[in-house]
Amino acid sequence: MTRAVRLLVNGREHEVQVEPRLSLADCLRDVLDLTGTHVGCEHGVCGACTVLLDGEPVRSCLMLAVQAGGHAITTVEGITPDEGLAPLQQAFQDKHGLQCGYCTPGILLTTHAFLKEHPHPTPDEIREMLAGNLCRCTGYHFIVEAVEAAARAAARNPPR
Amino acid sequence: MKPAPFDYTPAATTAEAVAALAQHGDDAKILAGGQSLVPMLNLRLARPAMLVDINGATELDYLREAGGRVHVGALRRQAAAARWAATRLPLMAEALRHVGHTAIRNRGTVVGSVAHADPASELPALLLCLDGEVVARGPQGERAIAAGALYRAPLTTSLRADELVTEARFSLPRPEAGWGFAEVARRHGDFALVGAAALLWQDAAGRAAGVRLAFFGVGGTPVRGAAAEAALTGQPVTEAGVRAAARAAAAALRPEGDLHASARYRQDVAVVLAERTLMDAVRRCRRAA
Amino acid sequence: MGAKLFGASVPRREDPRLLRGEGRFVDDIKLPGMLHAAFVRSPHAHARVLAMRTEEAARRPGVFCVFTFADLERWMKPLPLFGAIPPGLAARVEVTMKQVGQLAMARDVVRHVGEIVAMVVADSRALAEDAAELVEVDYGPLPAVVDMVAGGEPGAPVIHEAWGDNVALRFKTGFGDAARAMAAAAVTVRERFYVQRYVGMPMETRGVLAQWDTRDGTLTTWNGTQVVHFVQQGLVAALGLPAHKIRVIAPDVGGGFGTKANGYPEDLLIPVAAIACRRPVKWTEDRREHMLASAHARHQVHDIEIGATREGKMLVVRDRIWVDLGAYNSWGIVLPYNTVAHLLGPHRVPVLEVECQGVVTNKTPNAPYRGAGRPETVYAMDRIVDCLARELRMDPAELRRQNYLSAADLPYELDIPYRDGNRLVYDSGDFRANLDAALDAIGYERLRAEQAAARRERGILRGIGISGYVEGTAIGPYEGATVRLDASGRAIVATGACSQGQGHETSFAQVAADVLGIPLDWVTVVGGDTAAIPFGVGTFASRSAVNAGSSIFDAAGKVREKLTAAAAALLEAAPGDVEIADGMASVKGAPASAVPLERVIRSALPTFAKPGPVTADFEATVYHHQPTVTYTSAVHVAHVEVDPGTGAVRLLRYMVAHDCGKLINPMIVEGQIHGGVAQGVGGGLLEEMVYDEQGQLLTGTFMDYLVPTAMELPPIETVHLEYPSPRNPLGIKGIGEGGAISPPAAIANAVEDALAHLGVRVTRAPLGPDTVLGLIRAAHERTESLAGQGARP
Repeated sequence: MTRAVRLLVNGREHEVQVEPRLSLADCLRDVLDLTGTHVGCEHGVCGACTVLLDGEPVRSCLMLAVQAGGHAITTVEGITPDEGLAPLQQAFQDKHGLQCGYCTPGILLTTHAFLKEHPHPTPDEIREMLAGNLCRCTGYHFIVEAVEAAARAAARNPPR
Repeated sequence: MKPAPFDYTPAATTAEAVAALAQHGDDAKILAGGQSLVPMLNLRLARPAMLVDINGATELDYLREAGGRVHVGALRRQAAAARWAATRLPLMAEALRHVGHTAIRNRGTVVGSVAHADPASELPALLLCLDGEVVARGPQGERAIAAGALYRAPLTTSLRADELVTEARFSLPRPEAGWGFAEVARRHGDFALVGAAALLWQDAAGRAAGVRLAFFGVGGTPVRGAAAEAALTGQPVTEAGVRAAARAAAAALRPEGDLHASARYRQDVAVVLAERTLMDAVRRCRRAA
Repeated sequence: MGAKLFGASVPRREDPRLLRGEGRFVDDIKLPGMLHAAFVRSPHAHARVLAMRTEEAARRPGVFCVFTFADLERWMKPLPLFGAIPPGLAARVEVTMKQVGQLAMARDVVRHVGEIVAMVVADSRALAEDAAELVEVDYGPLPAVVDMVAGGEPGAPVIHEAWGDNVALRFKTGFGDAARAMAAAAVTVRERFYVQRYVGMPMETRGVLAQWDTRDGTLTTWNGTQVVHFVQQGLVAALGLPAHKIRVIAPDVGGGFGTKANGYPEDLLIPVAAIACRRPVKWTEDRREHMLASAHARHQVHDIEIGATREGKMLVVRDRIWVDLGAYNSWGIVLPYNTVAHLLGPHRVPVLEVECQGVVTNKTPNAPYRGAGRPETVYAMDRIVDCLARELRMDPAELRRQNYLSAADLPYELDIPYRDGNRLVYDSGDFRANLDAALDAIGYERLRAEQAAARRERGILRGIGISGYVEGTAIGPYEGATVRLDASGRAIVATGACSQGQGHETSFAQVAADVLGIPLDWVTVVGGDTAAIPFGVGTFASRSAVNAGSSIFDAAGKVREKLTAAAAALLEAAPGDVEIADGMASVKGAPASAVPLERVIRSALPTFAKPGPVTADFEATVYHHQPTVTYTSAVHVAHVEVDPGTGAVRLLRYMVAHDCGKLINPMIVEGQIHGGVAQGVGGGLLEEMVYDEQGQLLTGTFMDYLVPTAMELPPIETVHLEYPSPRNPLGIKGIGEGGAISPPAAIANAVEDALAHLGVRVTRAPLGPDTVLGLIRAAHERTESLAGQGARP
């Protein structure tokens, strides 16, 4: 049997009818066609599925869609401008902080939330923040540099 | 890896949750943080017919200090508890830093981890170390279970299937107490191969007035290092004394081996971590005095 | 021709879509009427399939069909085999080899846990999994072979009955008289090393989506593969359709590393399902399936011995090698011979004797993964070299310095062929310069001084480990490219190479844009689509930049010539006076004469008055012939700290000094090195696929198979040396794999170095805390027992 859920995703409301066992990740990807959120393991380790729930990073593979009503969900599409790249995304391009791009949305969202709380992170703090997101392509080196660059850029242009 | 089908009922209050458990018995499982349960559902290692979701029972989302203890409601997320603990209970803050990663702690609950009873996890050992207890509510009413009586075997507690853990309580250490926490994990955030948590406070003469030591990753349940506590209490604190106490505590352990570490490893390293955490506690203790 | 983009760290063109979440990976693609597949996989390592009952599964709501071997028999040809022995190699080395193609779906026997026995197609993946659980299979378990050494001995249970034993491959080769050289050597050291089974583990699992168009009898399949043309060839053979009726597309792919360069059952089964169901069918591998069903790698034993003079001059190396192939020998000569060809690496060793056997076991099949035999062989060699250094009481850096080849020694030939059957000649590089650069950059002398002081004063155990390799990269024989201009002068570059993160859309565009004289963003690179170019090989073996790059270079050159001829006619100038830059053609020295390429192209079209000066197809296809490899080399240095109380190893610093010839895009090259190093560190410290004695896989999730996080890796320091390749027009060499070759060896050497005062000898990977503490404990026990013996009167 299915249940009705009203989801608020990237500022837009969606009324969906889903089985309880449908994960939030699968709901975003298959029901709402927001395929920027990726599935890497379905057991909460790799972090590819990370979305923001009320601004905080969570594993969308470990949440059920039926639990997500009443929360504000942000996916990578929600931090992307209509045209071009947000400063955080630009920093990743500038510093070659991605290769295949599969882990990237999860890393962007985790970083986005982190920099709000830690605007001047040290490299060690950045690595600890990243430890919950696996990347198999980059060795993390340029990702750390991208986060540092994004932090510097945000310090120069604080959001209003 | 999609879960087997299940029914779902959200509980808006504790009473509703308890009623749902009573109705479905062994076929129902509580869904709180979901960070331990949902992977098991996805792997089809757990196949409850009914999930009782307590995330809407906001009356369970609290954390308050009272009577020398901190009372953590079932819905208090690990991340929120860590923010409180940063200034009020550094031992817990440090333990929580080792629990998974940010995204896990944003959903995972303190009570959930305490009740899940993974012998390699940090919070059950903390409950033991801080003379803790849980409050369980069932159809028969409410009872408190001390940490020492809670843990039976891996993932197995003395809770009944129709009981909901509503609260976990941890004693607040004296302000002058020092603490130590250490674990060995293959990677940061992983379950520990072996770990220890320690508290120590001294009297005016510099003798150890109180000692608490708890191990995790050392067998089917977390274990108090009772031999170390007994050996050190009332004695002047020396490095040799700490070393001997650590050895005595570890000697009482019966760890098991698995893919990641042998029983021998856990036994040997328990000694090292007991020493290190006790010495850290002593060092922090002196600074406070 | 302008070379302003070649060598520049141009930001990647593929990034915007990936950063915006607008990439298109196989699972992102949805087709109307699409069904989903799940597989029933063997829970036994070795068993007969006696009977199967699928009725209950097929009856479930939402289930479209359940397929067994019998249902699909007409398509069930054995999967393609790789690794045939090239004639040049067969002529020099006597190889006994047995290969049998795996059936896409097991018929009578299953040979590893995870092998497919049935396929369920349903409205959703969840429903398919529900039904898959209801398929009943009667198995007759057979004894499982899990040890590669014991499995190759007579009397072991036989996995492929027709073979009579489990030795899939055996050969012996070398040069010189090893027995004599060993006997004459003043010092010999021998040890047995074990390189564990570990794997590529891309973040995106595999996926296949297939659509059968009944109108024109064409099959289109999207597949996260590195080898679209191989997949196409397999489908041609199995389906009996001509190639142009089968289109294989690799869309955005989330990491490959060789794991996706294999021929897999699902590549065939999903298209077959789409044809049988007359509906599109998608299969997305889940992570647990991936651990069981996607190719495993590494897993070798080396019994290696080295002989040298007392002064440290290496005289002879003898190595007996076992390779655990898993259940099928799909890759033939590739891994075993790669291992042998790369053993001596940068060392000058006049005598070599190697014996290699590949043994099948009841495990997931083994296939090439980033390094493909080289990490294993470098582990054995660098370890035995360090053991020799200790025996000689010589600094391991000094021992290498003495024995490494330098530029003056090149070209340098080893008297065994390369895997492609050609002569094995190091064409370019300076291995001693790599060593000096790496040691200098990490501050080797200072680290040594600090190491001693730290141990003495604070009981802190630090170690330094060195590893060096020489890598044959960019195996041919070709990777073609078509370069074609559209009416506006924009270029489409089509090649069989495809990207799983390597940035081909950028680096190949750089090459083409430079040659054509057009802006970078005028170039679109299309890789991984069999409809775009008829013949291709694929992206693996660090081959794409050299092979595809050379074809692109040549093809763009041909197009440039044609443009020049057309422009010359249009501008009424001699072709030698025509300049093309930034998408404009002009006469040299007369900038006002500049015209956009669009006009040049249009001018080639016939008018009523006259035919065009050249035919209006500004298009060329080149299959550049790359007969053999070109040699990349590097030296890695690892600096570690070992906690003697817990055995935990912390990687403090990691240095790479490497030569990969000229660089198209230095930033992309660095990224490749970083990624390779990270996977190598995983192999050195964390990652292992573990089987029990019944052939059950114990490491089935990310909880047990441990991929390094950002906290297990330091910043990765790199020094670039540049010795251009003489073997291709661009002077480049392959770099995709190199980073992964040396870390396990460098880390093992560093850990042993940190514990050298205890007399520890490291013989296996990964170096988890339990293993390291065990070594320390054993060393203490040895010391105590010796002390005890000494104390006896």
